[in-house]
Amino acid sequence: MTGGILEYVTVFVLAGFVGVEVISQVPSLLHTPLMSGSNAIHGVIIVGAMIVLGGAHTGAEEVLGFLAVILATLNVVGGFVVTDRMLEMFKSKPGDRPKGPGSPGGPGSSGGAGS
Amino acid sequence: MSRGTVIDLCYLIAAITFILALKGLSSPKHARRGTLVGAAGMALAIGATFFRPGLSHIWLIVIAMVIGVVIAVPVARLVKMTAMPQLVAIFNGVGGGAAALVSITEFIGTDTKQVATYKVLEVLLGVLIGSVSFAGSAIAFIKLQELITGRPITYPGQQVINGIVGVIIVALVFAILVTSSTALLWVLLGFSLVLGVIFVLPIGGADVPVLISLLNSFTGVAVAASGFTLNNNLLIVAGTLVGASGMLLTRMMSSAMGRSLPNILFSAFGSVVTASGATEDATGRSVRSGTADDIGVLLAYSRKVVIIPGYGLAVAQAQHVAKELADTLTAKGVEVFYAIHPVAGRMPGHMNVLLAEANVPYEQLKEMDEANPELATADVALVVGANDTVNPAARNSPGSPIYGMPIINADQATNVVFLKRSMRPGFAGIDNELLYDPKTTLLFGDAKDTLTKLVAAVNAA
Repeated sequence: MTGGILEYVTVFVLAGFVGVEVISQVPSLLHTPLMSGSNAIHGVIIVGAMIVLGGAHTGAEEVLGFLAVILATLNVVGGFVVTDRMLEMFKSKPGDRPKGPGSPGGPGSSGGAGS
Repeated sequence: MSRGTVIDLCYLIAAITFILALKGLSSPKHARRGTLVGAAGMALAIGATFFRPGLSHIWLIVIAMVIGVVIAVPVARLVKMTAMPQLVAIFNGVGGGAAALVSITEFIGTDTKQVATYKVLEVLLGVLIGSVSFAGSAIAFIKLQELITGRPITYPGQQVINGIVGVIIVALVFAILVTSSTALLWVLLGFSLVLGVIFVLPIGGADVPVLISLLNSFTGVAVAASGFTLNNNLLIVAGTLVGASGMLLTRMMSSAMGRSLPNILFSAFGSVVTASGATEDATGRSVRSGTADDIGVLLAYSRKVVIIPGYGLAVAQAQHVAKELADTLTAKGVEVFYAIHPVAGRMPGHMNVLLAEANVPYEQLKEMDEANPELATADVALVVGANDTVNPAARNSPGSPIYGMPIINADQATNVVFLKRSMRPGFAGIDNELLYDPKTTLLFGDAKDTLTKLVAAVNAA
């Protein structure tokens, strides 16, 4: 078992370095999509949620696991859709760009009416 | 190969796609493809998990997923671009919540007296960090949605209360490690949620973007902790990737504001003192407001105009009109570019996203460091819905809460034009002396309306 935990710690440390290396090259132009993209990636907790719900023995575990799968699905799906919407706007050809989802719609709905 | 090995290989491929996805985000050209690769990897990981030996309740899993999709897709597709920061906050929060739930479920599902102490500790970290991220993101969402004030919320004895909650949590962690009590775990969950709330309440206004990035990083760490609990390398790798990169992004953002992270988190930025200062200033001095025609002439006969966008541009959805104005001026031989403050809007890169949507060429977008030397030779600095990011108090008055934050030097241009909706101070809640400067002209109104009028005025000039 001790060998097991060391193996995971190794993976953890190396992944940390990879995370820093990969991100250090992102221009500030893409910081918002990056935040949103990494948000989608931690949605991988859905795999963990499936495993615990799939291994549930009691009613309490089923309820908690069920909730976990719902929340994790929101994270994955929402994260990727939002990121894709942001990146859609970086397409540069003027003609064929689909109308940005932000542009139509009345001004000043509940979205952000502050200053 | 056993089925388990195949699943592990799928997880490995998924982990690689996540790294590629983050790498793809390093250029606008490959960003979208990178995201699609990441999404494919996610789909592979989810698909492979369905074939896990001994996985029961498959229908429950499917139903839960369908519920998630039915909620997430319309919300993510229909919310306006201006509300994107809130949306990222809330999707981040549910991820943290899921991580906490996974850890709790695993804890109550195993006989914790039989497992090693470090296993219990992993669970506790997952619950603690995940629920802090969940509650913190919820408060950040409420602040951004302006359901409560964006100002820092402070109360007497705040630091003491935070300290007490922190001590209780540490004590609970030790108690659970010793007793393996499930009841205490629920208490820990409660206190972690409280910690998330009180941690975020005193953080105000302009600092919320940094906060979201930090909470994003927290969720990554919580996912990694769940990965340790479940002995799952994919969760460890993906969670750690996000945790490490989120930390780095958070640091880049806070250094862009010229402040340290602890200073942002614990200094109750722009609280009571500033508010009283602001009212004093507002009553004592007068501002000069102009007409669209005057400003149109000024712009049309300038050599160099710098447009400085802020959150007001986003709220008014005025990015297309802003581009139209820039194009009209360029056609008249005026040199135009946009000066982008790293934290303009409510997320880093917010302005870049909006202006890219309006097809503004990349060459016209200048980062703060590149733009500032140019402002001294600019005829007009046209500030569209920005405030704190051009506030000279950040340079001049050591008493100001934003003192030390790098700003765009709009005050160095020959003329300054503010398009503002009202005299209300910016998100940080601080008054801006530049508004009272004799060379400043104000044009009140919704940014989209005023810009449209300016386009007409420039054409007529």
